[in-house]
Amino acid sequence: MNAISIHNLHKSFASNRAVDQVSLNIDRGELFGLIGPDGAGKTSLMRLIASLLLPDSGSVHVFGFDTRRDYRSIRKQLGYMPGRFSLYPDLTVEENLHFWATVFGTTIDRHYHLIEQIYKPLEPFKKRKAGQLSGGMKQKLALSCALIHSPSLLLLDEPTTGVDAVSRMEFWDMLQGLKGKDMTLLVSTPYMDEADLCDRIALMQQGKILSAGNPHHLRTQFIGRLWEVKTPQIHPLKQRLNAHFGREVAHLFGQCLHWTSQADMSIDKVEQVLEQFHIPIDSLREIEPGIEDCFIQIARS
Amino acid sequence: MKRLLAFIRKEFLHIFRDPRTMIILFGMPVAQLLIFGFVISNEIRDAKIAILDKSNDQQSREIVHRLLSSGYFRIGAELETESSIEACFKANQANLVVVFEPDFGRKLERNHRASMQLIADASDPNMAEMLSNYVQGIVFEYVNDLNRTIESPTFIQASYRMIFNPALKGVYMFVPGTMALILMLISAMMTSITIAREKEMGTMEVLLVSPLNPFQILIGKLTPYFFLSLINASLILLMAYFVFGLPILGSSLLLVLVSMLFILMALSLGVLISTVAKNQEVAMFISMFALLLPTLLLSGFIFPIENMPKILQYLSILMPPKYFIIILKNLMIKGIGMSYIWKEVAILGLFLLVFMLISIRKFKIRLE
Amino acid sequence: MEKDIIRVRNLTKKFGDFVANDQLTFEVKKGEIFGFLGANGAGKTTAIRMLCGLSKPTSGEMEVAGFDAYTQTESIKKNIGYMSQKFSLYDDLTIWENIRFFGGIYGLSRSAIRDRSKEMLTRLGIVNLSNRLIRDIPPGWKQKIAFSVAILHKPQIVFLDEPTGGVDPVTRRQFWDLIYEAIDQGITVFVTTHYMDEAEYCHRLSMMVNGRIVALDSPEALKQRFGSISMNDVFVQLARTGEKSS
Repeated sequence: MNAISIHNLHKSFASNRAVDQVSLNIDRGELFGLIGPDGAGKTSLMRLIASLLLPDSGSVHVFGFDTRRDYRSIRKQLGYMPGRFSLYPDLTVEENLHFWATVFGTTIDRHYHLIEQIYKPLEPFKKRKAGQLSGGMKQKLALSCALIHSPSLLLLDEPTTGVDAVSRMEFWDMLQGLKGKDMTLLVSTPYMDEADLCDRIALMQQGKILSAGNPHHLRTQFIGRLWEVKTPQIHPLKQRLNAHFGREVAHLFGQCLHWTSQADMSIDKVEQVLEQFHIPIDSLREIEPGIEDCFIQIARS
Repeated sequence: MKRLLAFIRKEFLHIFRDPRTMIILFGMPVAQLLIFGFVISNEIRDAKIAILDKSNDQQSREIVHRLLSSGYFRIGAELETESSIEACFKANQANLVVVFEPDFGRKLERNHRASMQLIADASDPNMAEMLSNYVQGIVFEYVNDLNRTIESPTFIQASYRMIFNPALKGVYMFVPGTMALILMLISAMMTSITIAREKEMGTMEVLLVSPLNPFQILIGKLTPYFFLSLINASLILLMAYFVFGLPILGSSLLLVLVSMLFILMALSLGVLISTVAKNQEVAMFISMFALLLPTLLLSGFIFPIENMPKILQYLSILMPPKYFIIILKNLMIKGIGMSYIWKEVAILGLFLLVFMLISIRKFKIRLE
Repeated sequence: MEKDIIRVRNLTKKFGDFVANDQLTFEVKKGEIFGFLGANGAGKTTAIRMLCGLSKPTSGEMEVAGFDAYTQTESIKKNIGYMSQKFSLYDDLTIWENIRFFGGIYGLSRSAIRDRSKEMLTRLGIVNLSNRLIRDIPPGWKQKIAFSVAILHKPQIVFLDEPTGGVDPVTRRQFWDLIYEAIDQGITVFVTTHYMDEAEYCHRLSMMVNGRIVALDSPEALKQRFGSISMNDVFVQLARTGEKSS
């Protein structure tokens, strides 16, 4: 049985289609990533799964329970961490954890093994108010609170948004540590580079799922060959390439240019095209597309 | 149950850790009572009275003397005829005219019974009631003194006549009004704000998906404020009794029970507001305009309802504090019991029921 | 010779005992894209507030666009532009009303506002949307408009505080195209970001850890110095060493 099965789901707010014809299955024990920019509908989808919103049409089943009728059964097995960390800033670290534990009918000790790794760095600060913690610590505490009742499904809505690269890496390490503990994890994020840390992902934009599957599989669906070009004149080259093909084939990636050519274009042909611009090229090589390359390609088509 | 207790404990922590909440909870009632109290009691000093003494004997002069030496009154005019009373008011020479019937002293000696008349300018009804209460008090004291020396009980009937606002029904003392105002504000505003705050912080989402049911969330939110409001009510009553010497003539138990009813009503109104308000500002705004102003203006607290335009009078029917003020006044000042106030109590109960039903229906288990 | 548009010497800001910025020293050259990186809580926001003339340094020297940080904060404010992810435009005003408001507070004449907004809306290809409320505009577009509004008064330097947070990859790149256009107009860009690929679009980068600047160089040179292939790696290495030393 699937942990989550979503069938033909629609949800609109006024004229805005937040979730548009979404169908998706998420297996038990999976670490699933919901990836897309702000306004893609990630939060609405999360809330629909958490039974906090009702579908306009279509259905969501969590562990076989319908979110309309059996929301009580779902909520018993659910851990949820909304975008804004769900902590009381005027309560201490310990009081927050104790409160959520009691609300979920458990104690801190019963499932302490689950949060031990995450909560340990917070132990010395347990008498400090949650509002006075640093961003990374708040994140750890919020995750501890969401885990304290050992949920079967954990929903994390943009846990890494606005968090620096180091804290982001630590957070994903924590999530990896939770895998294999009979827990299904659904994480949403706007950062494409986090895709590779998930078992499977869905790319979302404007309420629709553009593509879903494991990150490796998504990459194999990339159409054409991808070339990484390094040049001192990166902007002129980008403009020339796009003008030459009459559409956006080249995109900036840091100090490199990623150029998507047709699948049948050989490296000789590629070099020929580049030569005619009379722009010095430092290096040229074919690369594996990343998730961001895939997202751009799918979003553009 | 354990969950509920944890929730209530959390709410108390929120309250005790927020200095602003604490100030509103306990500073505001004291400050408001003192301000209203002293402003009004200062006004009563040196109020102008006019005397129309048709008997001019020892007894009437003694009463006038006692009035003047009380420190509350001074003579604005000495009148000769009934017809000059109205002119005296119009010239603003007096706020109250005291009329002694002819042969006042003789009737008192012979029949142990005499009557005097208090005519008040009720265009300022608070003042009018206050003044006649004071005069009555002084006369009552005089009669008591007389009764100590005379065997058969003596009685002075001091009848009122109000001119310019004859019925004088909408005049209330400041304590019932202040109490209604404070309980309304604290119970309704504070609950609506704390619920809105959870929505704003995103914790409401997590509470909703937790095993807590909406009823538990509401009870958990309301319990602390119920007790704090009760403490507040007692605080106000104690201050009124000890600082301002306001009597509590009726049953104290009944007073506490009715206050609880009113607090519950205000709490459920707070929940109702929070179901509409998405954030703390909106909750605050609605509370201010839907609660504070009507309580101040339409409940008869400051302006007597009888003096209002018809449309506002009808509107005042919908103001729960109005009934609470009537109940308080009857219980505390008039000292009458349940048989006289059951109608108002029933109306408050009805309000409570309606607000509760609507809030429970509107308090959602989901986010929309 | 290159001119410095920001000159900072031993800039320090303390809140009580807490040193938010510790002896910062750096220059931003005219016409460059300067990346200002650091972990959450490293002190970036404090520094940007001082640079924008919103708060005064505790000690040290600071000059922005030729004006002194202690005595000429008002002149600083007139010569800079500012945009952040959190606040940029008023949601309940239309695009045109926002332009008119921000143009107005920077003292542009009515005709200048009209001309420049027309030019800007044409460049963005949204002339027909100018009467649309900002809240009805997709988030990515909002950021592009906000940036264009922030440079409407042709400031010497524009401060961008995480301008592309949560924006989709395509729009993010379009946003950077706008930044490059601004550079062509001679505007200097000072930018913070959590996207490490964006860090590489900058001419020079500074890395802040615990209130101090621990590295400042071009992305290429930084990568070489730390022997890493990606900026992410550089960032993590620097942030980790900083944490240990503190």
